[in-house]
Amino acid sequence: MPAAAQRRIIFAHIDEPGYTNDLACYLQHGGYAVLRRSMARPPAELIDEVKKSGLRGRGGAGFPCGVKWSLVDRKSGKPIYLIVNADESEPGTFKDRYIIHQDPHQLIEGVMISCFANNVKQAYIYIRGEFPEGARILERAIAEARAAGFCGPNVLGTGYACEIYVHRGAGAYICGEETGLIESLEGKRPYPRIKPPFFPAVLGLYQCPTIVNNVETLCHVKYIADVGGDAYAKIGTPNNTGTRLLCVSGHVQKPGYYEYEVGKITLGELLYEVCGGPLPGRKFKAIIPGGSSAKILRMGETFALKNKDGTTRQLAVEDIPMDFDTLAACGTMGGSGGVIVMDDSVNMVEALANLNAFYAHESCGQCTPCREGSLWMKKITTRMVHAGARSEDGALLKSVADQIAGRTICAFGEACAWPTQSFVAKFGDEFKGAAETKPSTKSDHAIELV
Amino acid sequence: MIAPSKPDLVTVNIDGREIAVPKGTNVIEAARLVGVDVPHYCYHPKLTVVGNCRMCLIEMGMPAVDPATKSPIMDPATGKQRINWIPRPQIGCATNASPGLHIRTQTPQIKDCREGVMEFLLVNHPLDCPICDQAGECKLQEQATGYGRGYSRFIEQKNVKPKRTLLGPRVMLDDERCILCSRCIRFSKEIAKDDVLGFIDRGSFSTLTCYPGKKLENNYSLNTVDICPVGALTSTDFRFKMRVWFLKQTNSIDTESSVGANTVVWSREGRIYRITPRRNDEVNDTWMADSGRELYKAVQATDRLTAAKVNGAVSTLDLALGAAAELLKVGRIAPSAPSPIAIVGSGRSSVEEQFLTKQLADALQAPTHLVSRVGEGDGILVSADRNPNTRGALVVGLVSDLPKVGTALRAVRTSSTQSATTDGSESRPYQEIHVGGLSNLAADIDAGKIKTVISVGEDLTAAGLTAAQLAKVAIIYLGTHANATSAAAKVVFPTLAVFEKNGTLVNQQFRLQKFTKAVPAPAGATDDLVVLVQLAAAAGGPALPADIHELWKFIAASVPALGTMTFANLPETGLLLDATPWAGWSFAEGATLHYQPAGGSPP
Ligand SMILES: Cc1cc2nc3c(=O)[nH]c(=O)nc-3n(C[C@H](O)[C@H](O)[C@H](O)COP(=O)(O)O)c2cc1C
Ligand code: SF4
Ligand code: SF4
Ligand code: FES
Repeated sequence: MPAAAQRRIIFAHIDEPGYTNDLACYLQHGGYAVLRRSMARPPAELIDEVKKSGLRGRGGAGFPCGVKWSLVDRKSGKPIYLIVNADESEPGTFKDRYIIHQDPHQLIEGVMISCFANNVKQAYIYIRGEFPEGARILERAIAEARAAGFCGPNVLGTGYACEIYVHRGAGAYICGEETGLIESLEGKRPYPRIKPPFFPAVLGLYQCPTIVNNVETLCHVKYIADVGGDAYAKIGTPNNTGTRLLCVSGHVQKPGYYEYEVGKITLGELLYEVCGGPLPGRKFKAIIPGGSSAKILRMGETFALKNKDGTTRQLAVEDIPMDFDTLAACGTMGGSGGVIVMDDSVNMVEALANLNAFYAHESCGQCTPCREGSLWMKKITTRMVHAGARSEDGALLKSVADQIAGRTICAFGEACAWPTQSFVAKFGDEFKGAAETKPSTKSDHAIELV
Repeated sequence: MIAPSKPDLVTVNIDGREIAVPKGTNVIEAARLVGVDVPHYCYHPKLTVVGNCRMCLIEMGMPAVDPATKSPIMDPATGKQRINWIPRPQIGCATNASPGLHIRTQTPQIKDCREGVMEFLLVNHPLDCPICDQAGECKLQEQATGYGRGYSRFIEQKNVKPKRTLLGPRVMLDDERCILCSRCIRFSKEIAKDDVLGFIDRGSFSTLTCYPGKKLENNYSLNTVDICPVGALTSTDFRFKMRVWFLKQTNSIDTESSVGANTVVWSREGRIYRITPRRNDEVNDTWMADSGRELYKAVQATDRLTAAKVNGAVSTLDLALGAAAELLKVGRIAPSAPSPIAIVGSGRSSVEEQFLTKQLADALQAPTHLVSRVGEGDGILVSADRNPNTRGALVVGLVSDLPKVGTALRAVRTSSTQSATTDGSESRPYQEIHVGGLSNLAADIDAGKIKTVISVGEDLTAAGLTAAQLAKVAIIYLGTHANATSAAAKVVFPTLAVFEKNGTLVNQQFRLQKFTKAVPAPAGATDDLVVLVQLAAAAGGPALPADIHELWKFIAASVPALGTMTFANLPETGLLLDATPWAGWSFAEGATLHYQPAGGSPP
């Protein structure tokens, strides 16, 4: 059976010849009509549509968006803020930037609908520092939208006021973690907050109730407001609704970004059919399916999954449907949609050394296990690659990672531990074998990030 | 005092033991109450909770309820409500008591968590205990004995960070020892209100530093040294002077102002090495000013008085007492005439000394004066009244009114900066204190009404009397240091500094607090109580004991608020006296920590 066709909802106009990122073009394509219609409806109805849609967050955790919105403290009397997480820093992820660069008004319309639904008067788009062009585009788009009355002091003449501000990060992965982001937005070091008590829905930006959503998530909200929650829920698979942007990078013929109904395409279809298979003469070896933090999958692995009726079924890696629940059942995650492909040319110790260099560089340093563990893991893998491995290093790496995961302030702890845990578990022979091979002499500057 | 309102109590279960604690108490504190130690680094009871060290991880569970009916789900095996344990460990410092909260601290998982954090804290630590001042009072050392591996699995290079960085005149930083708990940062921001510390860089390379152009030089900087759980922050004054385990700890009171911060005096072989705060949640929490920590230096000063003198010549104590007795016999012109003898008492004297001074004054029917010392309060732990015991003089009746604020200015540094400023400049300005309150006495001397002055510890010149006025009277002086008054006095009794004796002080809250003897007095000095008892007897007053415990029986009898309290039984955290006789008085103090003036004027 050939792979299902792409279903481009969010990416409907991405790379479309003649489609520009200015307001005029957006309006020609029916832009802001959904906002106009939405603002004629009671806000609670819009929240209901999002709940019915089953939309799950596209930032990483896959948390149901409607549930997140319903947790917002609306009785405090404090203002409610909405923050758009445009930090897109998870290695392997490059979807939000296309929305921002090529279709910023889609995001702004989604933001405005979400703000209206949640009685938000101020929204912030927190964009990573490495996206200067994206920030300029957003600034211009917001100015255009504001001049046309789609945001600002009197939205569409209704008297509803809502401003959107762009805030640029300064180059730190941890600013993507929602509470680290909030601290950064407040002008402080992006030290993630302890939860409890600082759940953004209750004590977020400036200790006020705050919604943090990913760029893509809010674009889905726009679509849901358009077609209705029930219609949206029919896209994709149950509990894994809608479409999802998949960013494929690494050793495939056709890396790129694709949009599929969630769960309607398998990993194998994505790699072999959509992305054209491995490079000539190579074989796929391993895949990280949801951004660098997701646990790695080994080609040839099979998973025993429980069916609803209690029976189990065997699932090969190639047959994993790219949805939140199945990937989780296979011990990894859909995460941010960044699919990183490695073929048989890759030395897994070197690959992990690269990832560990990233995490050691990006740990905010606030809590002990992540701060010390991430650098220690990096030091071990760097040594293994450049100065000689020991047979016990694999076990040591696993032990260090085990001392991090589940014990930190924020999910970075898992993000930095999972690669090590899964690499060592699934490619243990390579970690053992490294002790017998001579250390690589090639200078690999990527590993020397720190 | 108004009784504090009863907080809501909730019952929690810690390692199988039930205890009722105020709602919101965190697990570390609740566990303490049942004798369970939850190791921790970043948590400090007086600072905000940040949960960054992860040493206090515990297992947490809540009683199970049916989501639909909300009725408890019972465990058939035990007949009790089932407990739903959260698989992920939680931090005890940020987990607050709620009804039915269950905590486990002694499980294999928690042991593993603690060992993991310990190992992580040590991988980049220099392990230089033999040359570290913190050794002996280091939390890393303490927890390593319980949760350390005893060997290292770390074979890589350790991180290199700055060593011996002066953060300010009194605080030295070794970044390699810093465990990044942020206590010092939070203290500076939250308590000292001087936001000068922060971390730079990130991950394991995070480094504590002062903000550019700033120094940690506020008058509370040494508290960061106290609360730093490791040897990262050390005191430039105490550094390398003495191993802490050799030091004897004596409870004392900070006498620099009427706040009366509770302190510990650390000494060895009669020499004081440092003063640190002692926790009192009603007075100073766990803090004290840097300036109060230097008071011990005066004790060891070279200008201490160490011999009794009569007319400038060294004498024995007995001869000096005899000479003083002669001076006290200067009779009045007529029985109804006012006394030609005046007494200058001190707000720096102890309650016991003030009590005896009052007995002496009564026996002589002499007028009494008190020297005032008023500066600017800092709103934290140094109050405007720089006398630690003005209230004591009121309580024992030595004076019946507050002394006038003087005009004679005396400059005191808020804390010494000589030793270690990087550029040699004075980083902290002198503070001006108005010393005085003796204008009536001055007028009486000028008018020839007063012929003899007994000064109990006060330098009359510093308090505003002129050399000419001093020359007009015969002075009996009790004091610790040589000054213009001791030089002019007919009789001089060298007495004891606060660290050399026992006594009590009444702070601005009317809290009676005890200080105890830390070091022996220099040879030749005599306990103030001995001298005062003898003088009172010579003046025809009642026979009183110089022993403080015996003396207290008399004091308690005359101060109703003390009831049956004895000196020995006086709580280490003090005793609030009934202040109603002085309600509505306008004292010099503005608001400080745990103190609001009656008028409620802002700090
Ligand atoms: C270390 C770390 C980095 C993250 N980086 C991002 C990011 O770059 N972009 C993003 O949208 N979410 C990121 N997240 C997830 C956010 O914390 C948050 O869950 C998300 O923005 C919520 O949006 P959603 O519900 O729409 O997915 C990160 C989380 C962690 C723990
Ligand atoms: S887990 Fe890592 S990134 Fe998150 S707060 Fe702790 S040190 Fe910072
Ligand atoms: S210097 Fe001490 S108190 Fe300050 S962060 Fe480091 S370890 Fe904590
Ligand atoms: S005491 Fe540091 S995390 Fe709780």
